[in-house]
Amino acid sequence: MTGTGSHRYIGKAVTRLEDERFLIGRGRYIDDIKLPRLAAMAVLRSPHAHARIRAVDLAAARALPGVIDAFSAADLGSDLPLIPLRLAPFKGFERFLQRPIAVDKVRYVGEPVAVIVADDRYIAEDALDLVEIDFEPLPAVTGMDQAAAGDVLIHDDAGENIGTRYTVGRGDADPVFASAPYTRRERFVTNRHAACPMETRGLIAEFDPDTPLLRLHGAAKVTYFNRRHLATAFGLPESAVELIETDVGGGFGARGELYPEDYLTPIASRRAGRPVKWIEDRHENLMAANHSRDIDCDLEIAATEDGRILAMRATVRGDMGAYVRTNGGVVASKAAQFLPGPYRVPAFSCDVQFLITNKTPVGTYRGPGRFEANFCRERMLDLMAADLGIDPAEIRFRNLMEPAELPYRIGELVPGDANATFDAGDYPSAFRRLLSEANYDDWKDRQGEVIDGRAHGLGIACFIESSAAGPPETARVTVAPDGSIEIRTGASSVGQGVETGLAQICAEYLEIDMGRIAVQHGSTTLLPTGGGTFHSRNTVMAGNAVRIAAETLRARCLDLAALRWNVDPNRLNYRDGAVVRRESPDGDTLTIADLAAFATSRNDTLAADGSYDNEGRVSYSYGAHAALVAVDIQTGIVEVKRYVLTEEIGRALNPALVQGQAVGGLIQGLGGTFLDHMIYDDDGQLLTGSFADYLLPTSSALPDITAIALEESPSQLNPMGFKGAGEGGIVAVAGAVGNAVAHALAPYGISIDRLPITPDRLRAALRVAGA
Amino acid sequence: MTARHRISLTVNGDAVDCEVEPRMTLADCLREKLDLTGTHLGCEHGVCGACTVLIDGAAVRSCLMFAVQARGVEIVTVEGLADENGLSPLQAAFRDNHALQCGFCTPGLLTTAQAFLSENPSPNRAEVESAISGNICRCTGYVPIVDAILDAAARLRAKDPA
Repeated sequence: MTGTGSHRYIGKAVTRLEDERFLIGRGRYIDDIKLPRLAAMAVLRSPHAHARIRAVDLAAARALPGVIDAFSAADLGSDLPLIPLRLAPFKGFERFLQRPIAVDKVRYVGEPVAVIVADDRYIAEDALDLVEIDFEPLPAVTGMDQAAAGDVLIHDDAGENIGTRYTVGRGDADPVFASAPYTRRERFVTNRHAACPMETRGLIAEFDPDTPLLRLHGAAKVTYFNRRHLATAFGLPESAVELIETDVGGGFGARGELYPEDYLTPIASRRAGRPVKWIEDRHENLMAANHSRDIDCDLEIAATEDGRILAMRATVRGDMGAYVRTNGGVVASKAAQFLPGPYRVPAFSCDVQFLITNKTPVGTYRGPGRFEANFCRERMLDLMAADLGIDPAEIRFRNLMEPAELPYRIGELVPGDANATFDAGDYPSAFRRLLSEANYDDWKDRQGEVIDGRAHGLGIACFIESSAAGPPETARVTVAPDGSIEIRTGASSVGQGVETGLAQICAEYLEIDMGRIAVQHGSTTLLPTGGGTFHSRNTVMAGNAVRIAAETLRARCLDLAALRWNVDPNRLNYRDGAVVRRESPDGDTLTIADLAAFATSRNDTLAADGSYDNEGRVSYSYGAHAALVAVDIQTGIVEVKRYVLTEEIGRALNPALVQGQAVGGLIQGLGGTFLDHMIYDDDGQLLTGSFADYLLPTSSALPDITAIALEESPSQLNPMGFKGAGEGGIVAVAGAVGNAVAHALAPYGISIDRLPITPDRLRAALRVAGA
Repeated sequence: MTARHRISLTVNGDAVDCEVEPRMTLADCLREKLDLTGTHLGCEHGVCGACTVLIDGAAVRSCLMFAVQARGVEIVTVEGLADENGLSPLQAAFRDNHALQCGFCTPGLLTTAQAFLSENPSPNRAEVESAISGNICRCTGYVPIVDAILDAAARLRAKDPA
């Protein structure tokens, strides 16, 4: 059915269709788009974490030459829309939704209070300085304990600062803990950090209320969902709203959600009667785009004396920030769901709490909840291994689920997700491969060895990761009479190579040269509906939609050729981008270009649609990480010398892109482990509002990396066998590195229970230990 | 603040004139006045390196320099790296080593690497890692970028054995 010889593309590391335009400076990112009469918007943001707004005076700003408009909530009437919940919309969250602009009260530093529209951005920013706001500062809630106590209410009407809480589990954990031979309890903290794509957010709105038309450039990720909600918010039919994607400078979960500015920019355009551009600066990005992680977890484990897990019990608390945005309760709920991980945990109980604080709202960041859960569980397993005198690898083998135990229904560990099921796989195999690649046996007896003043440790961690959930995805493949082929997809790109991957699948199934294919994903008007890009889903969802469209197109080709030759289609074959007669395969051919021309002559088009629905069944990628670290005892600086990871992804569409996802995810994970840290003071001021304060990984300390994509267990849930490959590189990094540092410093009695692992924290602990 | 200055610049070999406020950064001038949008802004405070351009052959952050300071210098942006034969050896090495994903940091990395290789045509891996340590990339994890620059160095040496 699929390509042969020169038309085999699936599994090949072909170079990317996207690269040339990026390399010559011809990418089209949102700030590169220029339109006639384009005005610039700037947003005045709250300098207070919690304050009442007594008055907003825009007169001086409005008077500045070049200023077109200035407005605050008071200018917009009473029916401001609420930013909707897209994911994990647990009951109770409806009390904490955000409006696009602060009404009466601000609840985090960075919340929009007023908007300026001007001839250019320099003038707009000048005018921000002229806005006078009379704030009445209120005490800020800056921690989860304080939020739970409820002495200061952030949303008065809610009557509490608890977004919601629930308990999930399987089996009955409490009696197991009462009688278990071994139990241990620990608290782990995964700090607040953010996705920080290199390109900040940006939008251009063209709002013509007469046509009516709202065109919003700069959309990403989930354009069809966003279109639906923007249409509702602005009282327009969906057909009057067009969301246009540009090139996107990274997403990682944060970009493309509905934010206040997705409403404010259209409002500004409607008021000004001209197109309006808003480009976020980095300071705004760090205080206004979604933060993430920020989970603390009290974890208890019960086991036999030979290290077999009997039960786990936990309280997971997520700091949601000041409002619940589109991602709802994803972060903490997924942290709870993934706490047991790929291990046999017969009884599990988890109390999950979502706390509202005076901080920037949170959303998803690559591996949401998984990164946090893996850190907690994998640290706990190492602590248990040490307590019981069992090798850390051995204790994992004793608990990893075996292939015969799969598929495994994990239970309703997220409310409403009762059918979640780990699909077929071989977790011990991926772990064995890791241990062999990492030379684990050479290192396991050298833990803590000091070489030139640096203590060495090798840490390991296992993970499992869901992929490709969510709504169906769509595609249309069209052949033009000149033989060029267009793929339209409902998916979007955040820079990971979507165009290349989909073209590879199409070329393979149509048995044609990939160079003839162009991929269009730029607008919600290209296709009636679409799913979008998140949860490592593009290759699985959009890829299978393209496959179905290509297969349907092959059938269409046979039917058209049968008409053209006046023969039974059953006597025809499709081969190498053309139709031939079965009895004379080397005789006459009708290429897809011929057939497209024939279709055109009949007032028809050679095109086919595909839609792929996972029907709620999700494939899980899985694997393991190992980190070899050297901790400088005098400075507390940690060098990650070597890093190995294995990730079972079913089948690699493009090994180079897969490798890029794994290595890129891993380095982001090292940032989350050592550097990335949103720090607030007790007044709720963000202290890390620039790249000079908010640290990200650079090229200066790269480990020696081996990232292995395993293809031993193709997904049985889609015919191409794909599983997601976008997040396995990041999810276990803090677990593996935390274990490595803990091994290195075990002789000093130092454990790792909190991120980020910084030199000052390690030195403080070493100092206490007398080192 | 609004007094405007007429300046003449040399960008990618072309002489261009434009009128700017003294406070306009070189990056904004390139992007807004000259429509050379290949130069990107990632932080506007000199940390991320996305806006790096070549000034008289040296890698400079165009967000930290005013346009009026660029009189009389030779500016090369990412748009000026390819020649009539197509991608430069450095650009081709980036493509062939999968050294970019979203492409947003790429112009700054190309210009940084171009300046670096002109000073050090035979670098080792550690020198390359150090040379690009002031450029933030969030997608690739840097490893393929380092590979690409080492590959480009080899290609350039083969093309022009000094």
